[in-house]
Amino acid sequence: MADLLLAAAGFVLLMVALGLVRILRGPTVADRIMAAQLLGTGGIATLLLIAAATGMDAAIDVALALALLAAFASAAFAYGAADPDDPEADRG
Amino acid sequence: MSLDVFSLLAIAAGAFFFLAGTVGLLRFPDALTRLHALTKADNLGLGLVVLGLLPRVDWPLGALKLIVIWLVVLLAGATVGQLIARVARQARPSP
Repeated sequence: MADLLLAAAGFVLLMVALGLVRILRGPTVADRIMAAQLLGTGGIATLLLIAAATGMDAAIDVALALALLAAFASAAFAYGAADPDDPEADRG
Repeated sequence: MSLDVFSLLAIAAGAFFFLAGTVGLLRFPDALTRLHALTKADNLGLGLVVLGLLPRVDWPLGALKLIVIWLVVLLAGATVGQLIARVARQARPSP
């Protein structure tokens, strides 16, 4: 069972790593944020699977920290990319 | 035994959603359709992985922590989805 969980973790990590090609290809900033967001979620899933496979419960706490940091990173990136002249953009 | 089968099925379904999210992110034609693929991978992919892991962690605190992680990702995904959609709409030429 632990081997299967590790295999699933490797598969998810491979998928989000492939998704990073979108950061290179762009073409818009929104596409690049999306690839980073997918990397964050896939990293959380990978950490949870590794925690269950190896019994290393600390990895679950790392996943929780990654969930918070990925959210702030994407939100900050989106605010930085927003057009300052757009009247709808509430930049707080 | 049946719990193991349940775990494997749910985790395999979650991994499939990550596969679909990546394929969508790479193959869909414009930013808003890619956002659609991304949010499915975010919410359902991680949700199914968490569901599959629930029988394998300590009850109730470990399970509660997994569910809280999923809820944080749901909240973040909903917020970031709106922000990305706004950026994507600004990048498009006005109709």
